[in-house]
Amino acid sequence: MPATANALFTALADPTRRAIFERLSRGGEQTVRVLTEQAGVSQPAVSKHLGVLKLAGLVRDRRDGRQTHYSAQPQALKPLVDWMALYGAFWRDRFDQLEDLLNRMDQ
Amino acid sequence: MTEATAASRSVVVERVMPHPPEKIWRALTQGPLIEAWLMKNDFQPVVGRRFSLRTEPMPHWDGVVDCEVLVLEPHQRLSYRWDASGLQTVVTWTLTAVEGGTRVRMEQLGFGPQDDNNYKGAAYGWQRNIGALEKVVAGLI
Repeated sequence: MPATANALFTALADPTRRAIFERLSRGGEQTVRVLTEQAGVSQPAVSKHLGVLKLAGLVRDRRDGRQTHYSAQPQALKPLVDWMALYGAFWRDRFDQLEDLLNRMDQ
Repeated sequence: MTEATAASRSVVVERVMPHPPEKIWRALTQGPLIEAWLMKNDFQPVVGRRFSLRTEPMPHWDGVVDCEVLVLEPHQRLSYRWDASGLQTVVTWTLTAVEGGTRVRMEQLGFGPQDDNNYKGAAYGWQRNIGALEKVVAGLI
């Protein structure tokens, strides 16, 4: 598993981080201050969560004077999509093999 | 019918097979039969039993799946932990007798390298929360 996928799954395993990412996905670019008002946790905690999301490539930051604006990078979800597509194909193939076996088995 | 929902909370494959549930149950729970359609294994039909599935290594995967039997309801439901490549998931098989055979449903659920104590809660938390991500993911594929 590539390191980027591990960072992605780790980032998404936390409900607060998922909530931040979902808010940025739906609401567009936000400052840490606005995100903190909505997150129900302290600003340092929000900043730490944003750091983990940034490491996973899920958010991008942009400095504007004293403010830092964060935006969602949904294309970073691709390893998750790839993983699910891979398992979908894997299981369809195994279903075929299971049926072949059942046809060969005695009742 | 075969269905795999690539962008939803889990991978689901479902198919009606013209065989009785008892026979399909044997294929799902007897080691040599499991090997014939899935992988080499040391499966035992005992709740709490840890076992592994092994196949040829491939890129990003050493070919080993670490498993543990979670649910065993003969001829109806079989569930096991399925940990591979640092991804912890749960695979659940459900057999339902239908006219002309059995509906075989496989659902693979859960993401993320959570630790064991948090695993079940985190997996279900993920299941609840991924719904909001679906729209985002749907835009990618």
